Amino acid sequence: MKLKHKKRNLRKRKITNVIMLSFSFFAAIVTIIPLALIFYYTISKGIANLNIDFFTKMPTPVGEPGGGMANAIVGTILLILIGGAIGIPLGILSGLYISEFGNNRFGDVVRFLTDVLSGVPSIVVGVVAYTLIVIPMGHFSAFAGGGALAILMIPTITRTTESMINLVPSSYREAGLALGIPKWKTTLAIVLKTAWKGIATGILLGLARAAGETAPLLFTALGNRFWSVNVFQPIASLTVYIYQYATAPFKDWNDQAWTAALVLILMISVLSLFFRFITRSKYKV
Amino acid sequence: MSNNPTGSLTTDTSFESVKSLINGKVKRKKEPSPFTKKILGHKNIGDLIFERLTLLFAALVVLLVVVMGWEMYVHSRLSIKEFGFQFLVSTEWDPYAEHFGALPMIFGTIVSSILALLIAVPLGIGVAVFLSELSPLWLERPLSFLTELLAGIPSIIYGLWGIFVLVPWLRDDVEPFLQKAFPGVPLFEGTPYGFGMLAAAIILSIMILPIISSISRDVLRSVPQAQREAAYGLGATKWEVTRIVLGNAKSGLLGATMLGLGRAIGETMAVTMVIGNRPEISASLLDPAYTMASVVANEFTEATSMLYLSALIELALVLFIITIIVNVLARLLVWSTEEKRG
Repeated sequence: MKLKHKKRNLRKRKITNVIMLSFSFFAAIVTIIPLALIFYYTISKGIANLNIDFFTKMPTPVGEPGGGMANAIVGTILLILIGGAIGIPLGILSGLYISEFGNNRFGDVVRFLTDVLSGVPSIVVGVVAYTLIVIPMGHFSAFAGGGALAILMIPTITRTTESMINLVPSSYREAGLALGIPKWKTTLAIVLKTAWKGIATGILLGLARAAGETAPLLFTALGNRFWSVNVFQPIASLTVYIYQYATAPFKDWNDQAWTAALVLILMISVLSLFFRFITRSKYKV
Repeated sequence: MSNNPTGSLTTDTSFESVKSLINGKVKRKKEPSPFTKKILGHKNIGDLIFERLTLLFAALVVLLVVVMGWEMYVHSRLSIKEFGFQFLVSTEWDPYAEHFGALPMIFGTIVSSILALLIAVPLGIGVAVFLSELSPLWLERPLSFLTELLAGIPSIIYGLWGIFVLVPWLRDDVEPFLQKAFPGVPLFEGTPYGFGMLAAAIILSIMILPIISSISRDVLRSVPQAQREAAYGLGATKWEVTRIVLGNAKSGLLGATMLGLGRAIGETMAVTMVIGNRPEISASLLDPAYTMASVVANEFTEATSMLYLSALIELALVLFIITIIVNVLARLLVWSTEEKRG
């Protein structure tokens, strides 16, 4: 009797085991499906309009076939450059502070607030950039958009810088100090140089995230139907174009939105290849 | 900080103090008047400039967060004065009558985020269990890579996919099916537009899955191997071992969930594109709704009066405060488990 009961119990346990473990496997599969679907649709729908014109021509009015998004592509690049010009130095230097001098209360505050900043929704950052830059300037501008993107990059770059510098073995620093090199030179020439690859990955993540942002640009960089590279004027960007073209009731615009999405993904991939290239090892491993 | 960085080997530059200087982990020793010592202790002017410069930039980051909150408060004062607490509990959002009540958007934000969690948390933890407990090594790395790739796709592309693939599918297949399967259930009443709460919840769940699964995986990995071995030693099945591991990682998993929640609450573009943007509170999942983030994205450039604009900025402020609270709670939870393991 008792043995039989035990046997049944064991079978029940084994069945539960199989069910739960297959759920876990099933979850892993389900996670991959949306990724596959999104890539499939972006490539298959986007490739139809992908040609040289898309990169060299200006957008056409509704109903007029052809045209491209040259202004938006240049606009996105310019916005990332502005954002990077502000965000990268700020991020690296504050990361240097918390890893090299941040062993105190203030360092903890910076660390904590950087985490807070990374959780702030991008739309809120857009609102702040609007009140801080657009209202005083009196009009929308690429500069305001770049400023918003910079705020979004800072937490990623700061925290990666910190953790990468913490990974540098202390013997490197001791060697520098033992040679009588001042601390600042040791930090810049030895520590930062050693950690540079990791930091570059952080910069890449920050830039890639910024390149895909739409919400903070809606009312800072605004968008522009015309060619503009003026930093103090509104500027077009791929993401805002995707938003406008996807929500418009015109078939040809919708199709172009897919192409813009494909180009955006390609741009982000090129960006990461570029970073791989400049951080590649001089010595073959 | 007791550093004597010019390199003269005094007692200060003993191995321990250099190590504590370099490695942020070791707590600083308490010393009298560290501030004056810092200035006097520097023999190299370059060091002083370097430290002050990085300090300045770190202070800028701190200032930035403070300024963000302050700026939004200043620019929403008009609306705060006009509506007071009513802003949060009134259901009427009427730009023409200049009356702004944010309850429908708060409702939309909370409901869409919670629905997204209902889908994403079981799946995310399932994936985490698979990655940390079951998966062979050759499968683990590509799978982790793919989930991270999912996290890297811009929000706008999720929205684009939502509009042209997910919404038509919901409208033509899923929603009519739900109505047929559950006739009369208020959750599935109304016209199946496709655009609505259900679409927003699904898109959000896809978007927060990577963050939940990757953090849960790290949390599960930090559970000591000895616990698993002990459970196996007692004859537990793989699932029973996993259940013990999950139980021990509870607060970390809750932290991962909260981080996902923080992401879902602030998500803007993808939700704006599929939720239907209608400021109403409806029991049906098929009806259009609105979230705080999407109303700001949608109406900010159309705000014609100062009051309208300031009401939108107040919404952003509310969103800012909510996400800060959620994120801080989440970090504390994740830290508490990871620190316990040492």
